[in-house]
Amino acid sequence: MHDFDFFLFGVMPYSVLVVFVIGSIARYERDPFTWKTASSQILRRKQLMWGSILFHVGILTLFFGHLIGLFTPVAVLDALGIPYGAKQWLAVLLGGVAGIAAFVGCTMLLHRRLADPRIRNNSTWGDIFVLGILWLQVVVGMGTITLTLGHMDGSEMVKFMTWSQSVMLLKINAWEQVIGVHFLYKVHIFLGMVIVAIFPFTRLVHMLSVPVRYLWRPGYQIVRSRWGAKPVRTGLLPIAAAGGRRAE
Amino acid sequence: MKVRAQIAMVLNLDKCIGCHTCSVTCKQVWTSREGVEYAWFNNVETKPGIGYPKDWENQKRWNGGWTRTARGHLVPKQGAKWRILANIFANPDLPEIDDFYEPFDFDYDHLKSAPEMEAFPTARPRSKITGERMEKIEWGPNWEEILGGEFAKRSQDQNFAGIEKQIYGEYENTFMMYLPRLCEHCLNPACVASCPSGAIYKREEDGVVLIDQEKCRGWRMCVSGCPYKKIYYNWSTGKSEKCTLCYPRLESGQPTVCSETCVGRIRYLGVMLYDADRIAEAASVAGEKDLYDAQLGIFLDPSDPAVIAAARAEGVPEDWLEAARSSPIWKMAMEWKIAFPLHPEYRTLPMVWYVPPLSPIQNAAEAGRIAARDDMPDVRSLRIPVRYLANMLTAGDEAPVVAALERMLAMRAYMRSKTVDGVVNLGVAKRVGMTPHQIDEMYQLMAIANYEDRFVIPTTHRELVEDAYDLRGGCGFTDGNRCSTGTSGFTLFSGGKKFRSPQEFIRS
Repeated sequence: MHDFDFFLFGVMPYSVLVVFVIGSIARYERDPFTWKTASSQILRRKQLMWGSILFHVGILTLFFGHLIGLFTPVAVLDALGIPYGAKQWLAVLLGGVAGIAAFVGCTMLLHRRLADPRIRNNSTWGDIFVLGILWLQVVVGMGTITLTLGHMDGSEMVKFMTWSQSVMLLKINAWEQVIGVHFLYKVHIFLGMVIVAIFPFTRLVHMLSVPVRYLWRPGYQIVRSRWGAKPVRTGLLPIAAAGGRRAE
Repeated sequence: MKVRAQIAMVLNLDKCIGCHTCSVTCKQVWTSREGVEYAWFNNVETKPGIGYPKDWENQKRWNGGWTRTARGHLVPKQGAKWRILANIFANPDLPEIDDFYEPFDFDYDHLKSAPEMEAFPTARPRSKITGERMEKIEWGPNWEEILGGEFAKRSQDQNFAGIEKQIYGEYENTFMMYLPRLCEHCLNPACVASCPSGAIYKREEDGVVLIDQEKCRGWRMCVSGCPYKKIYYNWSTGKSEKCTLCYPRLESGQPTVCSETCVGRIRYLGVMLYDADRIAEAASVAGEKDLYDAQLGIFLDPSDPAVIAAARAEGVPEDWLEAARSSPIWKMAMEWKIAFPLHPEYRTLPMVWYVPPLSPIQNAAEAGRIAARDDMPDVRSLRIPVRYLANMLTAGDEAPVVAALERMLAMRAYMRSKTVDGVVNLGVAKRVGMTPHQIDEMYQLMAIANYEDRFVIPTTHRELVEDAYDLRGGCGFTDGNRCSTGTSGFTLFSGGKKFRSPQEFIRS
């Protein structure tokens, strides 16, 4: 059993991170044409408006909740004087509401994807798998709340915090922190890591392209100038210069 | 003054016969692929009608184009940047494919493979999206062809604003015209402004607006941003596509496919010089009826020495300046003032302009009573209401449209007396403020419409920015991803099936 824990909590985090990083770079480099949201709104508006908004708002809240919750050093909590139990209550409440939103949204999207012939016929295997595994992950995550309510002192939560931070700090024995946790937590963590691993191979990559740059892009218009393009060989420079081109 | 050059187009609606050759040749070249079967970069609408996609001119519904704020700034009508990002999970202004039409094909194979049957086999329609049988085709790219459908539906046309439209539903008073539409390659494009990825851009050297397929992430805001609904979301590749103004042809001096194949010879292509520094100012003038004049105001006279000097300083090549001086677009838009932008009130400063169509005199009996001075009837007695054309071309300002129609009528009257009676009718020329020489020129360009007069397209000077030696043996034009054909089959990166032929649908 310990071998399995070692694999799950000791080996897998690093494996999936390597796949995530190298895979994403390779895809962006090799096939930028496939890097997209793969929106299907144009084919069917029904169920997408509510489904997509609920899902995205819910899942983003959960994502950042986990990120902040797991990677805030325990020392910071202690320094701020935040009791572990209080933090766990916050996590349960916020996560619970966001989880319900994500669950409802994801269920709507999954149903739409499987039941609507227009969407079904234009889904890749990956599109369905991604929605399926996210749905399962949300369900398992909500399931762990029932376990969490059984120990509201925050001790289990601190275990996971220590583990994730130790992993990031390359502490090789980090896995020993979490060997005793309930099976459902382990399933949740396993699924989470699988999602990270499949990330570069699915439409999930659109997360890396969130267009926040748009907000401070100067003005609205974009003009591309050919004159700004540099001649491939320096031998051509005099010709380009003779035209009085301005580099922009 | 910042001089830029643009290849602009004028369509002479007076000569459009509605044959759809432009649409069909365009489709054959650009959109005969899975995902864009429903997309017509060029389509021809019969007006009055709600058009394609349905009701596209109704910006209260689709929120395309720009809106002017109380403080005089322009923001996309669908919302400023933060608003566009807030709608990124679900775009409330995005049309559904049914607003265009569900693409379909017919089971032609059944005609030859059907077993012996009592009834003659037929080729029934099948959806190109689902591959399933379509029992009834509800809408198509040209559903209202030649006044198809009931008047109650067609008269939802936005150009009827301010017109008592009921009488035009009567058989005796009905009217129609064709409106071929393509991307306007605007000076102030709303699609570019709406793209959160920054994938859409306008080319400095010729003004063509293009979508970088490798940079597009499919946030689909351009589709709703464009008031002409001329950006199409490819439902198969998940990227937006649009009319490219056939830039590979333009670059080598050839006209676009739609222009080249136009049977009626109604299309003109030529260079227009404009002042890029004054785009924002022109697009944000307060009155909608002033937008047409404002756009005329930023075009630069290619014969003006100051403009030529400024253009040379900006690096506009010499043959482009030469082309600008003999541009048919300049003549029709600026000199004769007979071409107009389509819906200037969208504030995008479109660069595909239209010559309004003449139409028969409303009523023969009435015509007898009309004082036809110099053989010219009153343009207000023409069958197509002037207000209708004005709503389409000048934001409702009738005066410029009336003047243009009068000049076209004057050209006919003048040439009739010249060729039939052998008399130079100075009176009619004077009445519309033109010289006989101008009318001769107008006749040559619009009635004779020789190929080399219609298309004055300078080649692009790639040699100035690229080393052609390095390009030898290259793959030329590709569909994204360098030399890949876009049909690489299986890929780890969820490329999926990129192409399915109709035959594959029939088998599955």
